[in-house]
Parts: sequence; structure tokens; C-alpha cells
Amino acid sequence: MGKAFGAVAGVGAVGALYAMKRSWDPLPSVKAAGFTTVDLSTCVANKLVVEKWRGKPIFVLKKTAEMVAAQSDAQNARDIVIGDDHYMVNIGLCTHLGCIPAYRDKKHDFLCACHGGEFDASGIDTKAPPPSPLVIPPFKITGNTLILGEEGPEFKKMKDAGIIA
Amino acid sequence: MAHFEKAKSLNEWFDQRLGVNTLNRVLAKEYWIPKDINFLWAMGMVLAITFGILLVSGIFLLMYYQPNVDLAFDSVNYTIMQEVGYGWLWRHVHAVAASVVFLIIYIHMFTGIYYGSYKKGRELIWISGMLLFVAFSAEAFSGYMLPWGQMSYWAGMVITNLFSMGSLEMNGVVEWIRGDYVPAQAFLDRFFMLHVLLIPIVILLLIGIHFGALRLPHVNNQNGEEIDFEVEAEKYRSGNKAASKVIAFANDFMAKDMFVVAVFLVFFFYLVFWNFGFAMDPVNFDPADGLVTPAHIYPEWYFLWSYEILRPFSKDIGLIAFAFAQVIFFLLPFLDRSPNAVPASRRGLFNIWFWVMLVDLIVLTAMGKLPPEGIYSTIGYVAALVFIALWIALPIITKLEKKL
Repeated sequence: MGKAFGAVAGVGAVGALYAMKRSWDPLPSVKAAGFTTVDLSTCVANKLVVEKWRGKPIFVLKKTAEMVAAQSDAQNARDIVIGDDHYMVNIGLCTHLGCIPAYRDKKHDFLCACHGGEFDASGIDTKAPPPSPLVIPPFKITGNTLILGEEGPEFKKMKDAGIIA
Repeated sequence: MAHFEKAKSLNEWFDQRLGVNTLNRVLAKEYWIPKDINFLWAMGMVLAITFGILLVSGIFLLMYYQPNVDLAFDSVNYTIMQEVGYGWLWRHVHAVAASVVFLIIYIHMFTGIYYGSYKKGRELIWISGMLLFVAFSAEAFSGYMLPWGQMSYWAGMVITNLFSMGSLEMNGVVEWIRGDYVPAQAFLDRFFMLHVLLIPIVILLLIGIHFGALRLPHVNNQNGEEIDFEVEAEKYRSGNKAASKVIAFANDFMAKDMFVVAVFLVFFFYLVFWNFGFAMDPVNFDPADGLVTPAHIYPEWYFLWSYEILRPFSKDIGLIAFAFAQVIFFLLPFLDRSPNAVPASRRGLFNIWFWVMLVDLIVLTAMGKLPPEGIYSTIGYVAALVFIALWIALPIITKLEKKL
């Protein structure tokens, strides 16, 4: 009798816990993917543009010819290239604890004020504590327009190359 | 139906039905407190009163606060501060009490550590006290979210990101806690619920357990002397109060307790009326903006020491060190291998351990407030290592300690 009571109460408890867990899940309206469109033709070289995608800041940085010339292969691999122009498109949240790093246009790098982490102009971490490069958001390119939230062929290529974890 | 005589007085009427005289005897009149104590023994009452102040001021703030990302900031900074009659008083009382309560908690904790009041039957007092510390921390953090200023938003971002567990990248957990990709409406609503309902209920429950755990072992005394409470109570009851080593909780001890509370309240209301600024971060007077990080993010002063243990390491090691700092104080009664429950001053190496720990926590607190650059980074790093080393050393030095 005690076991039967226990079993019924146990099933009820598990059900209640599941309902509680589900009630804390992000709402469907929140999850419905937000798409953000960015017109890259308006970007000015070495001037950081911050867009918003799913509530997160997106760094868009058009690079100058000198910056591109000085880049390593690893840095080039993270750039979006349209014609001759190189763009860095990253989620602008430090991979340590999610602060927004600031762009230093003289040094062409990012400094996170929270814990002193640094990233280069391709979003690669150069000083701890951040453990990994800035995240590249899913994107698709049509002409000079960038659509965030959709996985285009260029994004998939980066993913296959292992640049996007 | 039990037999009830007609009551001759109101007191008797209640005693028949609630046993109020028994309660009064067990919890007050014959709850014995040693005479050999000092003002530090009043911190528990100071905390209880401060909690009461937080509850009352919170009730008044709750009547005008709006848990909505578009309205929250103005409901605090305009409605409560400027429109509501004496609204500013409740807010300043609430903010100052929330900050000062941690100062008293730390004094209360370190009093317990210094006098060894966490062993020989007092383990549950310590553990329930540490659970209260965690609950108060959660209460402080959730409350800090509510004005929805820049520091609210970014503290919410950084602290919830801790739950991704570093390289495990458990972003699903973080999004589940927030109810969104970033702190937004769902986040503000649920932390509002936690702050005004769930955590206060847990705190009240824990306070009950904390008091209950104290009743049988009784409070410690300045010399760690083992007192035969039956014998001493008999002296007290027979009228030989001068020879007895104990006094009654009420009204004897309460009278002294409330004197310390009164001194504390003078200091408290001085802060509320003339020096409330320390509890109100200027950055939090900018409305929350997900696209601008404040130049320098730091928590309130009472979290700085554990924040500084997180900061100088790489992400994963920092998280492990942080988690270590959060739970290690719980284990104090078991890591202290010495049988001596006496003041640290009589415990040799442990005395050094105590003072180094206290100074180390103050250094960590100071470094946590300064920007993470140059010499400050190094001092913080060393202080964090010292903190960890002290806990590793504790079982060894207390094992070596001679039994007094």
C-alpha cells in the first residue's frame, strides 16, 4: 500500500517538476528566430558597426587594406570576403562572461573591460581570460547584404573548416 | 474531546489552547545564555532586526514597483523616488540595509570562526548559517536586478553566464535560466518572483532552523568553557543569580541584546539619511542597455572577494576556484580537525590561520574593486592562491594542534 502511494506520488512529482521546467523555458515567441539584415556597403573601414541580433550585439568591422595585408591565414579564414573587401562579423560578447569588448581603432583590437581579455581584429582571443575567439553568428550573403540567423553557403564552409565550433 | 477547565484569565485561556506558558519557558524564561560573552554575541539579533527592516521597507517598495523592462527603471527612479510620499525613505532604507546586512553577516561568521562556535554539537548552526548566507546572496542578487539599470543588466548577464560551466558551453542552461537569449522580460519577471516570494520564504524557514539548531547546544562563551546548564540554571532559579554562570534569554539577555541593536540602529540610520550613496551604484542610474557594457563591471562590495577569486585565472580554472570559494566555508566544522572549541588566540597556528584569512579576504575585496591591470592583477592572483592554500592547510594545522 505504501509502495503504491509512493509510486503515484512519485509520478505526480516528476510530472510537476517537468511542468515547472517547461514553464521556465524561453517562450515560442522569444525563440522564433529573429533575422537581422545588415547592408555592408555602408560600412566604413576601421570603424566598428554594432548591429543587434536576438538581443545580442553583432560586431561588423570592414578592414583597411593595410589590416588585411598584415593578417595571418587563421585571421583571413574568419573574415567574410566580398569582392576585395574583408569584413569581420562576430557576436560582440566576450567568450569569458559575456561583456561587450570595446574596439580600439588605433591598435585594431578589442579590449574587454570586465576582466581584461583581448581579441584581435578577426575576433581571435589574444589575452586570457577568454578561452576562445568571438563567436561567428549564422549568416547568409546576398550581394552586399548580410542576413543574420540563416546559414548560407559561406557560413557552412567556415563550419566545415572547423572555424565555427 | 480533551477536558478543559473554564479559564480564570486570558493568559490561562491561551495557555490551555496554545501552551503559551510552556513556549515562553522553553524559548525565553529558561533559555540560558552564558554571562561570559561580549557585544559580538548580539549580531544574531542585529541580523534579525535588519531582516525585519528589509521586509517592511520591501513591502512598501513592492506596492509601486513595476516588473516590466520598459517600466521598471522609472517606477524606481521616478515613481518611488519622486512621487510616492516618503518613497525615497523606503528605497534608501532597503538599499542600505541590504548592504549593511552583509557586513553584520561577515562579523557574525568571523565571530563564530574565532571562538570555534561551529563544532562540538554546533555544526548544524554553522551549516544552516551558511545556507542563510547563500540565500541572502541570492536575495541580494535578485534584488539588484529589479531597478533594471546598467549594472542590473550586466551583472545579470555575467552571473547567469557562469552557469554555462566554462568550456562545457552549456548555453541551453543559461537560456533556460534567463527564459531568453539575453536578460529580458522573462528574466526580470522571474527574478522579481524569486526576490519577493520564493527566496524570502526559504530565508524564513532557514532562520527557524538556525534558531532551532542553537537551542540544545546553547550559545558559546568567550572562553569556550563547557557549562553544566542544569546546575547553573538551578543556582539562577534559587535566587543566587550572582553565582550562576548563566542568565535567562528574556528579559535579562534581551535587554543587553537590544542595547547593541540600538547602537547599531543609530549607525544604520546615520547611513540611511546622510551616507546612503555607497549602497547606490551611480552606473545603475543609467537604464539597462544590452548594446553598451559599462567600462568597469564590479559587484557590490560584499561579493568582491569571491569575484576576485574568479577573475585572475583562465575561464575554467577561475570557475573552479570560484565554486571552491562558494562552498568551502560550509565544510569548516569538518576541516577543522582540532577538538578545541576555544578562542583562536589560544589555538597557536589556528590563530595565525584566522588572521591571515581575514586579511586575505580584505585584500581580495579591495583588489576586486580595482581595475584588473598590472600590480592589482598580481596582488589579486596571489591573494586568491593564499585563500586556496589556507583551506588546504587547515586540516593539517588543526590536526597538529594539541588538545587543551
